[in-house]
Amino acid sequence: MSGARDDILGGIRRALRRAPLLDCERAELAERVAAHRRNLVPARAAALSHKGRIELFVAMAEAVQTTVARVASEAEIPAEVARYLAAENLPAELTVAPDASLAGIPWEARPLLQIRRGRAEAQDAVSLTPCLAGIAETGTLMLVSGPGTPSTLNFLPDTHIVVLHAGQVVASYEDGWDLLRALRQNDPPPPAGEVVRREGDGREGADNPPAPPRTVNLITGPSRTGDIEQRIQLGAHGPRRLVVILEDRN
Amino acid sequence: MQPTSHSFPENARAGLADPVLQQALGLARTGFPQRRLEAIARLPEFEALREEGRAIKDHVLAHLDFYLELYERNVTASGGHVHWARTAEEARAAVLDICRAANARIVTKGKSMVAEEIALNDHLEQNGITPVETDLGEYIIQLRHEPPSHIIAPAIHLMKEQVADAFRGAHTELDPARPLADPRALCDEARTVLRPRFLSADVGITGANFLVAETGSSIIVTNEGNGDLTQILPRVHIVVTGIEKIVPTLEDAATLLRLLARSATGQEFSSYTTISTGPRRAGDLDGPEEYHVVLVDNGRSALLGGEFQDMLRCLRCAACLNHCPVYAAVGGHAYGWVYPGPMGAVLTPALVGVGEASHLPNASTFCGRCESVCPVKIPLPKMMRHWREREFAWKLTPPVYRSGLKLWAWVAQRPPLYHALAGIAARVLGWAGVYRGRFRSLPLASGWTAVRDMPAPQGRSFQSLWAEHQRRAGKAR
Repeated sequence: MSGARDDILGGIRRALRRAPLLDCERAELAERVAAHRRNLVPARAAALSHKGRIELFVAMAEAVQTTVARVASEAEIPAEVARYLAAENLPAELTVAPDASLAGIPWEARPLLQIRRGRAEAQDAVSLTPCLAGIAETGTLMLVSGPGTPSTLNFLPDTHIVVLHAGQVVASYEDGWDLLRALRQNDPPPPAGEVVRREGDGREGADNPPAPPRTVNLITGPSRTGDIEQRIQLGAHGPRRLVVILEDRN
Repeated sequence: MQPTSHSFPENARAGLADPVLQQALGLARTGFPQRRLEAIARLPEFEALREEGRAIKDHVLAHLDFYLELYERNVTASGGHVHWARTAEEARAAVLDICRAANARIVTKGKSMVAEEIALNDHLEQNGITPVETDLGEYIIQLRHEPPSHIIAPAIHLMKEQVADAFRGAHTELDPARPLADPRALCDEARTVLRPRFLSADVGITGANFLVAETGSSIIVTNEGNGDLTQILPRVHIVVTGIEKIVPTLEDAATLLRLLARSATGQEFSSYTTISTGPRRAGDLDGPEEYHVVLVDNGRSALLGGEFQDMLRCLRCAACLNHCPVYAAVGGHAYGWVYPGPMGAVLTPALVGVGEASHLPNASTFCGRCESVCPVKIPLPKMMRHWREREFAWKLTPPVYRSGLKLWAWVAQRPPLYHALAGIAARVLGWAGVYRGRFRSLPLASGWTAVRDMPAPQGRSFQSLWAEHQRRAGKAR
């Protein structure tokens, strides 16, 4: 395949009628990537106060059939989950992301809720996960994969409940990218022997910053399709219901 | 698939006469353009974003070798593998090799136009591997053994009755008497039937809307969630995509993402935008153990540096299809290959040859709507004209047509003669059509009058009226 690689790269240069880039040109392009400057960011969310962004997030999310429930503290989450499941006539069973950020939720207050922790399995009907951010400009949730946050929870169950703290609401996708990059810096290097793949793994090298989490999901409303007569149906293959529990002390 | 673009006139006639297709296209004509208009009206920066999007793509294309190499380094650094394919054949072989190494029997697929372009499904089937399309529209057309008729809504040419027939024919294990009268029931049935396929697949294949050089990531944009189930459940994830999908940074991707959904479906943002980087990490409870990217050239690099380079900016949003009066009349299958509509009229001749696809750049009224709605401002009509010029230069047009054009050019280059002849023609036609005001048929113009009447000229020509107008304006001043 290296023949194909060289042919394609050579063909690109021939078509562009130039030699491989000079070191100074490469350095300039590398600088553009390293700086990852923002392009135009719409004023819609960027111009708002934090409170305004939360309101915009809620309005945009609801416009795409996301259900938003507000609670004043983490302690209220079990009751809100139980209430929602009962109102929708869903079983009181849920699979919860085994993530430290959810450890403070007092599930014992609702002993009738059956809780399992782990990745999603085929029979799971309801999941509950944390998220990294809520992006106000389009009412989008940003979720990242990790040992405590398996991505299957975001797609297999019919109902996906996401815990969002008011402080996690940001204006734009670019604000989300900054959070991803901060995550990479805080990430401890994986202990030797536990790394899934070693070959070509130069992630800890100074030139190669650690990659973002395996899967970053930007989720805007429940699954949908318009493939039959352009009539929108929710719940094509992913969740039919997307619920945001917004924890806001104010 | 074997292109039938050379039969565009016959394909188009069949499309015009197909009542189901006409009904389905009627739904599409109003839906997409209206929703797009509403979405961009809500974003005052949309026009400025188009300029930025175009600049990002142009920057990448001018430095494509650099960004591809950087992308490859970062995929490898995160534990993934990059495979380079010069041709469709090499791309199919690369995918098959990965599937074989994984002992794959069932392969789920997210919607990928490049996979259609390289005819991946047929190749997998011929080699004993079962590809399962999971996007609802793609699944429907896979059951019907036909190509997509639209690049984001593959089954847009069908009504729910045809979908129900396809499902009854394929899902024979279900009760034949079950009701399948509405889209909800059809959608639920597809969900139920495909869920076990997602869970049992050995390999998942998706396309990519963007590749991010900075992080070595691929990005897919979907609404159904099928692309995500395709890529997180099986042990192996293969991304098949074109070399032009590279963007430098996540910030650049954000700009193009703001354009994509609004231009395509008129959504603010699609339900799922997913960024995938390498295989699952230490401690992860799910996600693929292997991550492969097959980078397909297949004629793309040859478009750089020439009059078709701008086509490589294309985001595959389908806005040009949705706003094209020709596409809206004849549907996607008439174009005879994978890419229909204005973007297909430019891309297909480049990928399958202008000899096969010479009709497509001619299937345009040059109304210019495609260019005016393109999120990255691709000058589609200009490029269709380039193809027409090549077609003429390479003597691919019929002799009668060529002589006619030459005669026309000779006359048009001699204005006094042109005006004299035009004046005579206008007077003769005006006189001959004085009672009816129009002609049902005209000698030498039967192709035109077969489907419409020709209005009879009334009074003087535009040129002479304009000259008089200018003279009067001169006097008045």
